[in-house]
Amino acid sequence: MTPDPLAPEHAAARRQGLSVGLATGIYGVSFGALGVAAGLDVWQTVALSLLLFTGGSQFAFIGIIGAGGNPITAVATSTLLGIRNGLYGLQLARVLRLTGWRRAAAAHLTIDESTAVALAQTEPPVQRTGFWAGGLGVFTFWNVSTLVGAVVGNAIGDPRVWGLDAAAAAAFVGLIWPRLRDRTGRVTAALAAAIALIAFAPTPAGVPVLLAAVAAVVVGLVDAAPSRARDIEQPEGDLL
Amino acid sequence: MSTTVLWVSVLAACALGFVTKYLGHLVPESLVDGRRRSRIIGLLPVALLAGLVVTQTVGGDERIVLDARLAAVVLAVVLLWLRANFVVVVVAAAALAAGLRALGWG
Repeated sequence: MTPDPLAPEHAAARRQGLSVGLATGIYGVSFGALGVAAGLDVWQTVALSLLLFTGGSQFAFIGIIGAGGNPITAVATSTLLGIRNGLYGLQLARVLRLTGWRRAAAAHLTIDESTAVALAQTEPPVQRTGFWAGGLGVFTFWNVSTLVGAVVGNAIGDPRVWGLDAAAAAAFVGLIWPRLRDRTGRVTAALAAAIALIAFAPTPAGVPVLLAAVAAVVVGLVDAAPSRARDIEQPEGDLL
Repeated sequence: MSTTVLWVSVLAACALGFVTKYLGHLVPESLVDGRRRSRIIGLLPVALLAGLVVTQTVGGDERIVLDARLAAVVLAVVLLWLRANFVVVVVAAAALAAGLRALGWG
């Protein structure tokens, strides 16, 4: 039996998934605490982490409920923020190639972190390992820590005192980092950040992130010119 | 708000969230074939993550807020530049923000 030449890459992808899971676990404690503080009970907070399972939407939902917002607005904002998961799914379906309940399970685990871990890898088999490691790692730690955070929420007090909001921002920087290696990624990120910044005040919560997607369309159209030499080098189906 | 209304809202958000994710996996490949569409779809996560970095770093109630989160994100960038581990980056960012706030800034 020949050893898998990609074994070190698989192991690295699993470690990456685990560390992303651990990091979001820290963040999950703050979600649990904030959920209870927003007026949800422990089980409603836990249900969001188990069933909605996408941090941005969950925070948006409890944020609006906590501020006394309309529940329909909370659901709409949560869903708008979740559209990016559908977009990740488009990409992941090509890598994962699943059917039936496995596809449903993969869909449920389709979030920023699992997508980032999967697409940070180069070989498709390693991308699959990365997806499941990231998705299951985050799912486990996120749910356990949500429960812990919800139960001890009041004891922790304000999560800002512990810098948990800053930890969340730093986690997203860590997730985007590998995508900034090439010029196209950096240009897209800069344009997207500018759009989100400009759109922040005039648009409702969640919309700036969606508008930032326009940067991908603009850069994708400009950069897709077939005359560019490095496009010819790029293999078909390589989305990075 | 009644518990029932809250539960219905929670479960509606969960159902719509799953449908959104599942539809992404169901859409036929032909819809996303072609170099131009592939590139756009490939760039979507980096664009959306950049949007999230901005809203998480300086987002406040209906306006931009500059506080300890920004300092923490700058530290995160420096540490990532130095090839620090993801968890180290996140913990250091939290510690810096907590420290600055303990000193009464941000």
